[in-house]
Amino acid sequence: MDKDIKVTLKVWRQKGPKEKGQFETYPMEIHQSVSFLEMLDILNERLVKEGKEPIVFDHDCREGICGMCSLYINGHPHGPATGATTCQLYMRRFHDGETITIEPWRSAGFPVIRDLMVDRYAYDKIIQAGGFVSVNTGGVPDANAIPIPKKNADLAMDAAACIGCGACAAACKNGSAMLFVSAKVSQLALLPQGRVEAARRAKAMVAKMDELGFGNCTNTRACEMECPKNISVSNIARLNREFLCAKLKD
Amino acid sequence: MAEINSKIPEGPLAEKWTNYKAHQKLVNPANKRRLDIIVVGTGLAGASAAASLAEMGFNVLNFCIQDSPRRAHSIAAQGGINAAKNYQNDGDSVYRLFYDTIKGGDYRAREANVYRLAEVSNNIIDQCVAQGVPFAREYGGLLDNRSFGGAQVSRTFYARGQTGQQLLLGAYSALSRQIGKGKVKMYTRHEMLDVVVIDGRARGIITRNLITGKIERYAAHAVVVATGGYVNTFFLSTNAMASNGSAAWQCYKKGAYFANPCMVQIHPTCIPVKGDFQSKLTLMSESLRNDGRIWVPKKLEDAKALQAGTKKGKDIPEEDRDYYLERRYPAFGNLVPRDVASRAAKERCDAGYGVNNTGRAVFLDFSEAIGRLGKEVVKQKYGNLFDMYEEITDDNPYETPMMIYPALHYSMGGLWVDYELMTSIPGLFAIGEANFSDHGANRLGASALMQGLADGYFVLPYTIQNYLSDQIQVPRFSTELPEFEAAEKAIKDRINKLMSIKGKETVDSIHKRLGHIMWEHIGMARDEKGLKDAIQMLKDLKKEFWSNVFIPGSGDDQNTELEKALRVADFLEIGELMARDALNRAESCGGHFRTEHQTEEGEALRHDDKFMYVACWEYQGEDKDPVMLKEDLNYQFVTPQTRNYKK
Repeated sequence: MDKDIKVTLKVWRQKGPKEKGQFETYPMEIHQSVSFLEMLDILNERLVKEGKEPIVFDHDCREGICGMCSLYINGHPHGPATGATTCQLYMRRFHDGETITIEPWRSAGFPVIRDLMVDRYAYDKIIQAGGFVSVNTGGVPDANAIPIPKKNADLAMDAAACIGCGACAAACKNGSAMLFVSAKVSQLALLPQGRVEAARRAKAMVAKMDELGFGNCTNTRACEMECPKNISVSNIARLNREFLCAKLKD
Repeated sequence: MAEINSKIPEGPLAEKWTNYKAHQKLVNPANKRRLDIIVVGTGLAGASAAASLAEMGFNVLNFCIQDSPRRAHSIAAQGGINAAKNYQNDGDSVYRLFYDTIKGGDYRAREANVYRLAEVSNNIIDQCVAQGVPFAREYGGLLDNRSFGGAQVSRTFYARGQTGQQLLLGAYSALSRQIGKGKVKMYTRHEMLDVVVIDGRARGIITRNLITGKIERYAAHAVVVATGGYVNTFFLSTNAMASNGSAAWQCYKKGAYFANPCMVQIHPTCIPVKGDFQSKLTLMSESLRNDGRIWVPKKLEDAKALQAGTKKGKDIPEEDRDYYLERRYPAFGNLVPRDVASRAAKERCDAGYGVNNTGRAVFLDFSEAIGRLGKEVVKQKYGNLFDMYEEITDDNPYETPMMIYPALHYSMGGLWVDYELMTSIPGLFAIGEANFSDHGANRLGASALMQGLADGYFVLPYTIQNYLSDQIQVPRFSTELPEFEAAEKAIKDRINKLMSIKGKETVDSIHKRLGHIMWEHIGMARDEKGLKDAIQMLKDLKKEFWSNVFIPGSGDDQNTELEKALRVADFLEIGELMARDALNRAESCGGHFRTEHQTEEGEALRHDDKFMYVACWEYQGEDKDPVMLKEDLNYQFVTPQTRNYKK
């Protein structure tokens, strides 16, 4: 049964991208049925009442789908739960007396803006480089004109479930964005609509990822472990195949 | 008094849109390059519009408040999107989708708009498939469908429980392609705080850069608002934390009519409220009602035991369960429209049959479906929703029935627009949930995605050209013009005023109090006295907000408390307009239920003789009562009837 617990929060506070940051410690008494972000809301309400500036963190839908929330919690992106985002984390995952360390994503690709908020626009830039099918609005065939084997449609959907939160790059010791890139490349390469541009897409997205300073993949699979949507590293294998085939044809 | 002209084209219902497109004015490709369009918002409507307009050759400036356009709250839509494809061969047609939507909206929407929506619904599915949206498929490789509330056919296309996400990512990919090409200039973490009107036409916006706190000016030949709905007025809703009504509200204050503000949707299947600290409510997709059965105990003593926690749902034997939707509405059963299902839940809980410790919950039970289909099939269909439920409540819905209760979900009301989706300010357009147009008094499930994408891909890109065709000679506007100057100054004054109050209440604490007033008096059941009381309470709360709110930090820097304060300042006023509109509409229709106006059986009682109109509210100035204008709804093609989901 859920009960009240006492925890100590060590939260990263940083005024701006160029400022030096440090941990601040906040004691909290909290009921275990409260969500992790609601706990931060309660702490912020307390800070505001004390005339202090609240902790800045990204969040929006609070149901695990928008990809806006982030946070390293005790060293894990999105905290201790598997297959869930920070906003889906509840305090029943923690025990009485625990110290909880909360940090922003630590990755070269995601510079800190303030406190726990980071800049993830690099992921959008990678998509802009080729993460689409080049069709304009209108003039497309009937939706049932091209049958797609259910197995492929399901695999494409598995890859398409990525929410672009950045946990994969944040979890990677090399700061690699391969899981993110491979999820989009896989989704589109598995479908006939996206097959046409598959080679060009793989090359363009990988080149943009390299240009933006993300590291290389060394198959540690930390990304897959921490991904809140359980995106499989088999997508990385597929990306590698697509990329190699494309390069060989050049 | 101004005349309301909805600009509905002449001709038979099925030919109106074709006729419009055949005769509208267009902008030639060379001239499109000379025209700039601001699109505010990157949800289904905003992203699809921005992408489509850029593909056509216009220069688009696109704004969103999140860190990426992919995060807009359309992404959280779960269940599906309707289209009249009739792939299931179950008798569906454009007319039937139109008819179901008009009926579901309780005959308070425009026939011509809704017909057009049904007409373009099929194009949407084609478009999304071409983009690589991984819709669910049958083993034969063709698209799968499921049923949703308010319809007797299976016309809902879906991508697991994440249809909104997949459709939004489709639109986002089209948008990203145009950003990459330089045809769309993307501004993330920018919040629109005002629309700039020059010589009676919308010519730009003022934004606040949420990272630097800087107030910025942007000019264009036309402005499109796609900023979603305003149900976060209630504090607790299924909307995202940052969803707000401020952009639409500033348009209203600049002269755009606000239509049917009282019409908001309360979704029947959400996880019940658990405590004061709660920040939002989580929706459980309507698709669950395909296989889940809704019930409360028949005996009051069983309900008491459930409330006290001495019994569990599975302890109540089958014969003592009241499947009240199946009992009251045998023809549609658990798949009645949302407004009907929500009110029925409230009715049972008010009578004391609620099943959780607060008495405000009913069961949604899958034991019959698990017995019929097997756990694996149920898991395949709803697995992610079940997991989500368990994570939040610590209850396993495979073993014990889910508990649900209605929650605020969607606003049918919004900025008034004509057939061309233009507001009453020339050059200012509103699309998606931000406008009022297609859902009348109640929206059917899986129709929000349909409308957002219809507006953005297939309607606005045509109709906006009819406006822009005579603007090709108009040179770009300077943001140094006095109108921009004045708008920026007004915003800076407002921010300075908020920062200087230095009171004792936090923004959230006032927002929560606002939410309580809204839920108590302007929620699922409304009456004259409650609404009058609410208007006074809201005025008092607004006064308290402007004299006692406390915002730390500075106005010229990143400041999340200030962001919230600016939104809550508007929510307080939106709430008051909702109460006014609800007070004026002395009838029950769709999501608007006045307790004075119900049948003996407790069903909604419309008064078509008095209220067959869209209530369009016109702003008259601070502390002055707004004026209500009527747009009469003339039903020429269907005959309004009392909605009946019983037989």
